[in-house]
Amino acid sequence: MDIIRFQHVKKQYKTGVTAIHDLSLNIEKGDFVFIIGSTGCGKSTLVKMIYRAEKPTSGKILVGGINVAKLRDSKVYKIRRKIGVVFQDFQLLSRSTVYENVAFALEIFGLPKAEIHSKVIKALELVGLKHKAKNYPNQLSGGEQQRVAIARAIVNGPKLLICDEPTGNLDKNTSVEIMTVLEEINKLGTTIIMVTHDTDIVNRMKKRVILLDSGRILKDYEKGTYKNEGIQNTK
Amino acid sequence: MKAFRILSRNIRDAAKSVFRNFSLSLASISCITITLIVVAISSILSSNVNNFATLVEKDVTIVVFLDLDITDQTRQNVADSIRLLDNIESVTFKSKSEIANEMKESSKEFESALSNWTEEESPIQDTYLVKVEDIERIGETAKSIEKMKGVSIVKYGEGMVEQLISVFDMVRKITVGMVIALIIVTAFLISNTIKITIFSRRREIEIMRLVGASNINIKIPFMMEGLFLGILGSIIPIIAMIYGYTALYEHFDGKMFSPFIRLIQIQPFVYEVSLFLLLVGALVGMIGSWRAVRKYLKI
Repeated sequence: MDIIRFQHVKKQYKTGVTAIHDLSLNIEKGDFVFIIGSTGCGKSTLVKMIYRAEKPTSGKILVGGINVAKLRDSKVYKIRRKIGVVFQDFQLLSRSTVYENVAFALEIFGLPKAEIHSKVIKALELVGLKHKAKNYPNQLSGGEQQRVAIARAIVNGPKLLICDEPTGNLDKNTSVEIMTVLEEINKLGTTIIMVTHDTDIVNRMKKRVILLDSGRILKDYEKGTYKNEGIQNTK
Repeated sequence: MKAFRILSRNIRDAAKSVFRNFSLSLASISCITITLIVVAISSILSSNVNNFATLVEKDVTIVVFLDLDITDQTRQNVADSIRLLDNIESVTFKSKSEIANEMKESSKEFESALSNWTEEESPIQDTYLVKVEDIERIGETAKSIEKMKGVSIVKYGEGMVEQLISVFDMVRKITVGMVIALIIVTAFLISNTIKITIFSRRREIEIMRLVGASNINIKIPFMMEGLFLGILGSIIPIIAMIYGYTALYEHFDGKMFSPFIRLIQIQPFVYEVSLFLLLVGALVGMIGSWRAVRKYLKI
């Protein structure tokens, strides 16, 4: 079953730049998909449209059966609650502890304290940071901060996790750590879509790879068939 | 239960946030404090003018002088007809002997002059003292009384009363207008100060949006924070107002310039103004925050 379906999606910015041209794409539930391509090829725009940070100019985007292209601004939060998002720059609240950062997403919904506690601890255990729950983000390394961001993204048990260059700011070893965590989450049944520049990671993971070029799908590699090709142009 | 949890979390977070963003909170609080002090001064002024005007208006009486040779029946008829008029609050009879006695008590000259006359010879007339409900229509009421049979003269301080009323009315309108204008200006000022606070926290709002907070989820904590800032900002004005007014009242012994201009009693007046300031601070803080956060709620 497809969790995401793009049907003839076009995105043109107000500046006149067309980021995505007539793009159609299906992503299956439980899949792990890399989206790669050179800078400015529309990777970020593509994933932003999934969690409705951008609205397509035309076409249909079905996420879990809901057409997010038609979603009103005031209803966007409904889809956001079902999707976890992780960014290159972590996006943590610097004045809140690790625990508070992760609990933040649940507190908004008014869950009971005990339930929040057990969910937060579970998420922190999954990313291996339970012992740092009381630390502040600036007391953590980059890799640890990213793991906190991942814990926050999955604490609500989303079916879909979007990672926009999650290893972009991290060194090689730390990137491997992050990928291990992501793979773990994927094994638990969460669909993961990851935008990246890092060909090493893509090579090693042997997952489905979608190569974008100038807003079009240049090639869609089945699981394990990608062999470091067609991405010479990346930074 | 769920709503209660969300609310208590919001209150806790708002309190935390006020202290975490202390320097910016202080800016908002000072802004509220300063404007509320001005609001306090003008509301004290406005209330006192109002109070004085009401007191004077209450004192205004129509004195109806009755004919010297009036019969008891006609006198009674006059009272009944006056009571039938629609603008009447009370009608009191004051007989000529009562008036004569008052005059005798007031000075020796009157006493010797009045003692020369018998009851029948006395030029003093029986009177009705009439209080009206609507002071602005006093002239009209006085005219209707004047036409009645048995009434010789009607006096109410014509000219002076009308002038006084129009002056009071103007002062009242100006002071009330000033208070309202000040409140609006405060709301704008606070809104702008809070906007700066929120600008430094737009990242927090972005993250809230990202994890699926609805607009209400985002607005409520900021409004709570505005409420706290408003309440904190009203503390100094309230204390200053209570002590300031008490000192003023005691210094002038409750009167100003002349014994006629009486100040409003300290209690419960200062508590009423305190409550008003607290409410204005809280409301204005909330509205200011709500206005300020709106801008960041677009996707």
